[in-house]
Amino acid sequence: MKLNELTIAEVRRLLDNREVRPREVLDDVYGRIDEVEDRIKAYITVTRENGYAMAADAEQAILGNRASLLTGIPVAVKDNLCTKGVLTTCASKILHNFIPPYESTATGKLKEQRYLLVGKTNLDEFAMGSSTENSRFHTTRNPWDVERVPGGSSGGSAAAVAAGECIAALGSDTGGSIRQPASLCGVVGLKPTYGRVSRYGLVAYASSLDQIGPLTKTVEDSAILLSAIAGHDPFDSTSAPVEVPDFARVLGQEIKGMRIGVPKEYFTGGMDREVADAVYAAIRKLESLGAMPVEVSLPHTGYAVATYYILATSEASSNLARYDGVKYGFRAEGKDLMEMYRNTRAQGFGAEVKRRIMLGTYALSSGYYEAYYKKGQQARTLIRQDFEKAFEQVDVIVTPTSPGAAFRIGEKATDPLQMYLSDIFTISANLAGVPAISVPCGFTAGGLPVGLQIIGKHFDEEAILKVAYAYEQSTEWHARRPSL
Amino acid sequence: MKINREDVRHIATLSRLQVSEEDLDTFSSQLSTIVEYIEQLNRLDAGGVEPTSHVLPLQNVMRDDLPSPSLPREEVLRNTPDSTGKFYRVPKIIE
Repeated sequence: MKLNELTIAEVRRLLDNREVRPREVLDDVYGRIDEVEDRIKAYITVTRENGYAMAADAEQAILGNRASLLTGIPVAVKDNLCTKGVLTTCASKILHNFIPPYESTATGKLKEQRYLLVGKTNLDEFAMGSSTENSRFHTTRNPWDVERVPGGSSGGSAAAVAAGECIAALGSDTGGSIRQPASLCGVVGLKPTYGRVSRYGLVAYASSLDQIGPLTKTVEDSAILLSAIAGHDPFDSTSAPVEVPDFARVLGQEIKGMRIGVPKEYFTGGMDREVADAVYAAIRKLESLGAMPVEVSLPHTGYAVATYYILATSEASSNLARYDGVKYGFRAEGKDLMEMYRNTRAQGFGAEVKRRIMLGTYALSSGYYEAYYKKGQQARTLIRQDFEKAFEQVDVIVTPTSPGAAFRIGEKATDPLQMYLSDIFTISANLAGVPAISVPCGFTAGGLPVGLQIIGKHFDEEAILKVAYAYEQSTEWHARRPSL
Repeated sequence: MKINREDVRHIATLSRLQVSEEDLDTFSSQLSTIVEYIEQLNRLDAGGVEPTSHVLPLQNVMRDDLPSPSLPREEVLRNTPDSTGKFYRVPKIIE
């Protein structure tokens, strides 16, 4: 078996036992990239030289018995996380040449542990999309079927993990951008509680919703990587001053007696038959492990997508005002300052980014603010309260991650609304700020992965990891790999 | 609500985006579809409901006002498309 196919936990053991060296793990990772990357296109930038320099440093730490959990582990990073001295594009022309002068807190924490940066992964431009088709550079392919999308926006990270082009990856999730691609690529993706991980150095899309989280091959790796990046940060005033447990500690604990909420509003049709079957089977599996399924109601679920597309675009229209062709990135010519701004932004942003900026500007504009933005914020309150009420009865809530398996490239590209609706099951967790994980729970007849979403209470990642681990260990889905 | 070509033109100006004549039609039809979908919120009775702008009970996070080092000027200016070496350079602002 090649080293690139292993998990963080497996590579850790080999490194600590001095059976392999960090550079040998990298050799296999980059070997795999050479083998499949022209078909998958998971990366925007492959940082080979950087990776080997970091490997030499990691090796010294291991030999000096100073290794941490991530020392010498090759990790891919979504290209909207700032990495000091390494190109960070957000898959946008407007940042095509941006080299951050500082490091994001999440990757900085991995650096302190001497991780190995494999490269920067593809995404929908500014994380706006569900397929990576909105990347200004290229569309990433799903390793299970290269004619299909990997999901998005963290599609590059999900595909890189699934194809063995890294050991693990970081992504970001504003409306499902970690969980949906994890589901479509058959890997594990976790969106932490809002406030759990510092967003310092994450290029902002919608600041009241964005979270950074891990995409991994197993639930155990998800817990390891989350423990590494979580925690309060004075550079992000929205990061919560709460203690970070060792998330891996709860893995293997029994789930007997846990109450598993099944929201009736998620199971009303509107999802593929095969997805529904896989999710029902997963619920029965959890029941066989001693958990108790309980029907719950999240009555405002139907308003989540509309609410999201008001609030997220409003925040985006404000956050993306900084791209003015002055401080960094692309600049177009113009006869005066205003024309320079308008030409820069027209040429620098892709169509979906422009649509969202305009939609947000509209929602915030004079005369519409009350009808759209304020109404969206009120709907958000009701959605949040739905979860608070449901969590009085249950420990976690389970749903499908996505209403369908991976769709064909181009299938939804011309219909923005259809694309938005592919996030219908993931968006509520961002609006409520609660943590959620997607784990593989089966395959369609056509061989495409299906994901189970497990949602928890605020700052109760331990419960969702515990349930996800128990489920994973009692099934074989996570052991399957795409044949490329 | 329909977003017509004039609406798009107005929003584009507010957004500092140049939009071509043919794109006005495309954006007008796409934004109309999205806004019509979003208007299902009109059916929601939210009278008296407090708006949520933030899910965490964190407010006015303060720190001591202490001076600390900033990034060196040359590093900050390294990413600008145009500078004088000490300042950003932009097209003429004042006629």
